[in-house]
Parts: sequence; structure tokens; C-alpha cells
Amino acid sequence: MIELSGITKSFNSGKPNQFTAVDNVTLTVNNQQITVFKGPSGSGKTSLLSMIGCMARPTSGRIFLHGVAAAVPFQQEGVDSVEITSLPERFLNQIRRSTFGFIFQQFNLVKGISVLENVMLPAYPTGEGQALFRARALALLEQFNIARLAGQRVELLSGGELQRVAIARALINNPSIIIADEPTAHLDSKLSQEFMAIVGRLKGEGKSVLIASHDPIVFDSPLIDALVEMRDGAVVASRSSR
Amino acid sequence: MKRALERHLNILEFTLASLLRRKAKNLSLLAMYLLVIFILASLQFFVTALKREAAIILSDAPDMVVQRLVAGRQDLVPARYAAEIANIRGVTAVRPRLWGYYYDALNGANYTIIANDDPAIGPERVSIGAGVAKARNLAVGDLLPLISYDKAPVMLEISTIFPSNSDLIAADMIIISPGDFRQLFNFPSGQATDLAVMVRNPKELPTVAAKIAGQFPDSRPILKNEIQRTYQSIFDWRGGMTLIILASALFSFIIFAWDKAAGLSAEERKEIGILKSIGWETSDVLLLKFWEGAVISLTAFLVGTVLAYGHVFFLSAPLFAQALKGWSVVYPRFQLVPVVDVYQLAVLFFLTVVPYTTATIIPCWRAATIDPDAAMRY
Repeated sequence: MIELSGITKSFNSGKPNQFTAVDNVTLTVNNQQITVFKGPSGSGKTSLLSMIGCMARPTSGRIFLHGVAAAVPFQQEGVDSVEITSLPERFLNQIRRSTFGFIFQQFNLVKGISVLENVMLPAYPTGEGQALFRARALALLEQFNIARLAGQRVELLSGGELQRVAIARALINNPSIIIADEPTAHLDSKLSQEFMAIVGRLKGEGKSVLIASHDPIVFDSPLIDALVEMRDGAVVASRSSR
Repeated sequence: MKRALERHLNILEFTLASLLRRKAKNLSLLAMYLLVIFILASLQFFVTALKREAAIILSDAPDMVVQRLVAGRQDLVPARYAAEIANIRGVTAVRPRLWGYYYDALNGANYTIIANDDPAIGPERVSIGAGVAKARNLAVGDLLPLISYDKAPVMLEISTIFPSNSDLIAADMIIISPGDFRQLFNFPSGQATDLAVMVRNPKELPTVAAKIAGQFPDSRPILKNEIQRTYQSIFDWRGGMTLIILASALFSFIIFAWDKAAGLSAEERKEIGILKSIGWETSDVLLLKFWEGAVISLTAFLVGTVLAYGHVFFLSAPLFAQALKGWSVVYPRFQLVPVVDVYQLAVLFFLTVVPYTTATIIPCWRAATIDPDAAMRY
């Protein structure tokens, strides 16, 4: 479970152009569920997800991760939750690497290297033996029916193939939480539905999935468990389908 | 420990894949870099080997050479000086030497002519260096025509051509009998060009020199170590001159390399953002950039040094030997004995590999310290 308490994120604090992207959000996101953050551009979805994913720190408020302690190397024995907002950068990186997998709007794959290398990219600095994560990457490509593309450079792939490579990359370190930011923004309806089907499978494997989207195919999907509506940095509505 | 090593290996492997993506940029950079290392290392190997060669040859030189000065210029030494110097305590032998230079108008070369009373070089016979033989297209048994001071031809039969392993010293050398020498140059009898003095105890050399200078105020004793020092300085000077010429090329390379290494393209910045967003730490990105710089500079250094070694010690440095060996027309041909000055090689390493690798890392520092969430907003 992810618990957000009074989270605020301001940019250019104290300057005339100060801007509050997330305003005093208190929220609970359950484990092993699909939670969709819905709202127009600039509503604070991406900023909120980047703080949950240890990519940025809130200006104020606290974020607790419950039930993910096994993936946090420095966690004290017997304590099942970790408060991430006060952790030093190094620990945040470790949590980001081991607990979260990211799928970006533009996929953010590295051009010029192969599909397989792109998928393995998050695992390179972990210090794990390459044979291990290479086998895992190949298994993921197999799982998403793109094993035949393993040696191909990513710039030669179609939109649907790119998306599946991005999902495989997000899963390489076996994270328990997947964060997807506008994942269907560049996909047609068929591919968007295919994406939701994959997300449903991930939930079935016990992963928590957090999606920021204003695509009806995503937020109207019967697969989602919770919907959080945002506007101007604040949560305006929140409902659970379960 | 194992994880740290794996991390390095993994990032190194990604570095290699990453370098191959920008083949044209990195290969052109590598080629330029390699050329600079090759030239500098060749120069260094060559000068070091020449200095060593000269030192070995000079080890057979007399302990001291005594010249005579008149009006500040070298003049002939009366043979009686030899007998008197031989009486100084500690002096074991004094040998008057006859030598000079001969300008060959036929091909513009200057030869060094030395008289030797070795019975093998009898009257009208001559031993010559390989450079002279080549310049005049001569073989053993041929006649070497020289023109005497009064423009009369002197015909000498060639008895020996010195082997090419003595070329550094003997390439331009002609050795004739003292009689022929005096006839060729109208050299007055009872005089010598200088005196070669041998001393029993090398520590006594300065004392003996002082005694000679005191006894013959017009003499100039030159110690062996002074000659060695002069040779070292000459090769250092030649090396330095060549280095100055090469410095412009080196600076051009530095500007080029700095521009290539230090300039981060928008694509590279974006990649760094992506790496940060998928869990790479700042130190991981810097390690990647360090390896990128190190792979290029180390490859250039190692390959450039090995090529320079081959160029100098197997091919006798054809690219710039003429600038460094010092003869204008008659160039020595000889195989240098491989000798590597580790200190100088280390200096070359620190002047090339270290700055380049640093130049690669520094501009990445700023890009690598961006917030990982920046990648979310591309």
C-alpha cells in the first residue's frame, strides 16, 4: 500500500513565478490493484507519480510505502513500511530501482542500441550478473511476443512494438509497482486496448499498477480498481471499483 | 565486491555498445588521437634510443681530448704537447689525432676524414662508412677519388666498408693513413688536430685537466663526460625542436578532442535523463562517461604506442629520422636497439589519456545531476 499524506509540490518557491503542481494530496493506493489518475494536462498527475516513484521529493508532506519492505535493502527487520520523502538520494535510487518500473509517455527508449539492450538497461548498474538479467530480459521479450526483435535497433520498431519493449524494460528488475505516465497517448485504440490487457495480466501476477491518463480507454476500462480524478494539483474525486 | 565488479563490467559493456552507435564521430576521434600518440611516442622512443646509442658509442671515446686555441678558435696542436702531457702523473697514454672534414662537391655531402696508423689501412688505401659508399655508389676494391688542397686528384682503394650497425658514428666517415691525410690537406708535420688522453683513475680527470691547462695555457682539455653531455643536449634539442613543430598539431588535436568530448548533444542529454529515470544513479552515469573516455583514449594510447614502437625499432623511424639524426646529405642507416623510458611514457599517458577522460566526464556532471523526473516530461 502507498500512503500519501498532505503532499504538496511547488516549483520556484518564494519567487514571483511560484507554481504549485500538487496541492495537499492525501491518498491511499492499494497493493496489487490498478489505480488510474485521471485529469487534464497540468492537473498534477505526472508530478504526483514522479514523487511516488522516488524521482522527485515533495515540497511538504510524507509518502509511506507499506508491504514493499522486502525490496528495500536497508529496511529494519520486522518493520513493513518505509517513509521515502526523508531518505537520502542514494536510498531513493535503490528503492526506485528495486521497487518501481516506469513506462513513459514517449517510451524513452535509447536509440542506436538493440531491443534486448534497452530492456536490460535498468539492470546494468545493479551489480547483478549479466547472464541472469539477460535470461530474464529474453523471457520478458518472449512473454510479450517480441523475442524475434531482440537484436533489432529500437528506431526500426512500430508503435505497438515500442510500447511492449518499454513494458518489458519496466519489468526487468522485477518491481512490485509499475508506474505508467500517459502510456496510450501515442497509440491507436487497438494498441491502447492491448496495453490495458497487458496491464491486467501484470495485476494478475501481483503487481500494483499506477497509470496517469486522460484516455477513456484507460480510465473506463473494467480492469481498473481505483480512479483518482485530479484538477489543478488537487484530488477532486476518488472512487474504488471494488 | 563481486557486485561492484559486475556493475563495472555491465556498464563497460554498455559503454562499448554505446560507442558503436556513434561510429563516425568516435572513429574519427580515435584516428586523430592515435595519430598524435603515434607521433609523440615515436619521437620519444627515437630520441631515447639515439641518446642511448650515442652514450654506448662514446663509452669507447678517450677520457679526455686536448685541443689548442688561438684567438678563441681551435688550432693545430704541436706534437711535443703529447710527450709532455704523457709525463703528467696519472696519464696512461696520449695519442695525437689527425682528423678533419672533406666537402664533396659532387653531391654536396660533408665527410669526416680520420687518419689512422693501423697497418690494415696502408698508404693509398681507405675504409669508408656505408653512407659514403652509398652516396658515391662504391664497393670494396673500387677507387675513391678525392681532391687534394691543390686540386690534384688522390686515388685511394677501398679496403673496408663499415657495417651498417656502426652507421650512427661511421656513416660519413673516411679513414686513411696519416701520410695520405697530410698529403690531402697539406697538413703540417709535427702537428695534430687534437690529443686523445687516457687517464688511469677517472676521478683524477679534473686534476689532470687542470694540470694540462696550467702547463699549456693555450690548451682546452675536454672531458669525456662533457662530450657525452653535449651529445645528450644535441638530441634533446633536436627532439625539442621537433616537439615544438608538433605542438601546433597537438594543440589542434586538443581543441578538436575537447570539442568532441566536452560537447554534449541534445540526444546525449536526453539519454542521460532516460538513464536517470530508469534507476541509474549520477555515479553510474559518470562511470559510463568515464569508460567512454577511457576506452577511446586508452585504445589510442596503446595502439599508438605499439605502432610507434614498430615505426622506430623495426622500420628505423622513416617519418622523421632525417629531422633527428642530424646529417644533411649522408644519413646513417641503422637498426636502433629497443629502449623504452617508462617515466617519459607515463608522462605521455598523463598528458593525453587523463585530460581527455576528464574532458569527457566534466560536461556530463551537470547533465547527470538533473532530477530523474525530468525524463518524465520529455
